[in-house]
Amino acid sequence: MKDQQHNPTNDSRRNFLKQAALLGAGVVAGAGVLTSCSNHLASSGEKTKLLTATGELVEVDPSQIKRVRKEKLTELQERGREGLTGHHWTWVIDLAKCKNARKCMDDCVGAHELKPYQSHINVLQMQDSKSGAPYYMPTPCFHCDNPPCTKVCPVNATFKRSDGIVLIDNLRCIGCRFCIAACPYSARRFQWFEPDYTEEQKNRVYDVELNVPQKKGTITKCLMSADRLRIGKLPYCVSACPNGVYWFGDKLEDTVTNGTTHETVKFSELIRDNAGYTYFEDLGTKPQVYYLPPKNRTSPYVPVDKFQEKYEEKRG
Amino acid sequence: MSTPVTTSTLPQAPTFEQVREDLIRPLHKNTFANKLWIRFLIVIIILGAIAYSHQLIKGLGVTDMRDYSAWGVYIANFVFWVAVSLIGSLISSILKLLHQNWSNPLSRIAEMIALGAITMAAASIVIDMGRPDRLQNVVLHGRLQSPILWDFFVVNTYLVISIILLYLPLIPDIAILRDRMTDSPPWQRKLYKALSLGWHGTQEQWRLLRRSMIVMIILILPVAFSIHTVTSWLFAVNSRTGWHSTIFGPYFIAGAFVAGSAAVIIAMYVFRKRHKLQQYITDRHFNMMNKLLVLTMLLYLYFNINEYLVPGYTWQRLDGEHLRELFLGHQAPLFWLTQILGLVAPIVLLLFRRMRKPLPSLIISIFVLLGAWMKRMLIVIPTQFHPEFPIQNVPKHFLEYIPTYTEYVISAATLAGAMLIITLLVRVFPVVPIWEEAHDRGINKIFKAEKTSNIHENEA
Repeated sequence: MKDQQHNPTNDSRRNFLKQAALLGAGVVAGAGVLTSCSNHLASSGEKTKLLTATGELVEVDPSQIKRVRKEKLTELQERGREGLTGHHWTWVIDLAKCKNARKCMDDCVGAHELKPYQSHINVLQMQDSKSGAPYYMPTPCFHCDNPPCTKVCPVNATFKRSDGIVLIDNLRCIGCRFCIAACPYSARRFQWFEPDYTEEQKNRVYDVELNVPQKKGTITKCLMSADRLRIGKLPYCVSACPNGVYWFGDKLEDTVTNGTTHETVKFSELIRDNAGYTYFEDLGTKPQVYYLPPKNRTSPYVPVDKFQEKYEEKRG
Repeated sequence: MSTPVTTSTLPQAPTFEQVREDLIRPLHKNTFANKLWIRFLIVIIILGAIAYSHQLIKGLGVTDMRDYSAWGVYIANFVFWVAVSLIGSLISSILKLLHQNWSNPLSRIAEMIALGAITMAAASIVIDMGRPDRLQNVVLHGRLQSPILWDFFVVNTYLVISIILLYLPLIPDIAILRDRMTDSPPWQRKLYKALSLGWHGTQEQWRLLRRSMIVMIILILPVAFSIHTVTSWLFAVNSRTGWHSTIFGPYFIAGAFVAGSAAVIIAMYVFRKRHKLQQYITDRHFNMMNKLLVLTMLLYLYFNINEYLVPGYTWQRLDGEHLRELFLGHQAPLFWLTQILGLVAPIVLLLFRRMRKPLPSLIISIFVLLGAWMKRMLIVIPTQFHPEFPIQNVPKHFLEYIPTYTEYVISAATLAGAMLIITLLVRVFPVVPIWEEAHDRGINKIFKAEKTSNIHENEA
């Protein structure tokens, strides 16, 4: 320390520290500007009435109130994030009835303005064992109660509503496609291109519950036709089915209604008596779409290759 | 105290002035070849920018990514760049903490590669976004539950720490440049003057530098491990065959050290040749780096065996499908080429001393680095074609993923971007730390207070 008594040493040290401090101050100031979003009000002597969480009416100085900045959301965006109160929607799909009519897919594509291969509900041809005959299985989003997709979303663009529906907000989505990677049920589609819209169609107000207009670079998925549920109607695909495959209803009311026959039955009885089941319970996702086993079915056998060809033909 | 590393290989020990001038010399002249190289890189980056604007306008559909291959070459590039960037922490932090002083002349190369690579990792993730115009949502509406948020924070933290770790040991060298490079253009002199922070090499300044460097080389370790562990979790947290693995974190980190070591060996060869640094980056450095490469590759091989043999033994439903595709199916040629030419063969070859000489090790390292990139493709893509439900009712081209020209051009542009960052850095800064080199040779004249100048010295 003895050599340090003379001035030049201290000067350079001071310079070094000064510049380092300046750099540090700059970083802190920059961060401060970025994060400052609280409103400061000067104390004015006026009092503002306020209702506390315990129900008391108190008067406080305005400067004591910290304003919570509300997210800027459109009305439809805000409404779309609120569940319909007092409901927990559920779906029962009777595999014995499905004849691969594909009316559900057509109506889904029509309502949500999709390309045919983007249909939110996908009718698959399944064969569980070599000795069993194949069967048709419509697969919508399973609206899991423990959804892996909403967990991984970095921006809360996809979310689970209080009425059980998993929706997507396309004004929020950043298009990272993590939810596609996370979904074990292949329920999610991505808008790889700009949808074929006129300028007018493109500029419509975006409705979360219908996910229309579709937007380039975002996710699209089955929404249980939340817009139809709001006006007390059954989902597009459910009411389009000619074969009585779909039962749709409310777990809290314990009723489900058939989309074709409009017959209403008890949900718990339907599941219990027909050995209803869900897919991949072992993944812990708690899916809310139930299936009835494909027994006594009458649909003709089509090999999977032919099945794919038929589909390609249909698309033209 | 460290022993002089390279003196034994030299006929006569150079003086401090000789070392200083040797290391500064490449900065004096901007050769025609160098100008051409920079222009070439800029042209590739411009082509990449054109391809990217095409992608911005048309949508991600200009790639071959589709609903059943939603992540493609961009995500593979991201993982690759994160992997390469870890070399900065291996050489500058782990080897320094282990008192492996032979690696001191390589630390700046490693830090420059780290900076270039982590910048391109950040770029790659933005390139992959469907809506890059909404990047601010990650900050405005970020959900801490999402691994993407974790990645966002650690990538940015690592970027900042990489810059600091490159910059701190540069300060004394910049002070030398400030005093010696008086014939350089005004902007360059101003740059040196500003960045040297009034460095005069006083005892107090050395003490501060040593303290802050010790803090940084310790601090970078958890961040470096986090960044690649979190990157592996982008895959491992999804319940998909081939991804949902508990060893993905260490598996990725081991693979990262392989890729980074190979990148350093390539850079060592190039700079040694171009800057005539044969006396500073010696055969011994190649020998040691290659041994390090073999060590990391053996570790990586061990993780590979675990990752493929265990599911391969039980051959469960989707695991079986996935592994059949890799071992015997469409991906098999690529898979075996990658594993043999990029991993097994280099391990065997590098056991021979002759293969650890500069030229053979350059060729081997190029294979290792290419293999490392291919391996990322093989980790990211094939898994996605084996979901729980069969893939039906989609156009035929949805069933395979072959990157388009757009994707290749943009990927090449990120490579050019990383190279440009490194090229520009070595254009203005010496590639071998002057003061550390002088110190290791025991000929340091710039230190006014010799005792406290050794940053490798243990505090205790």
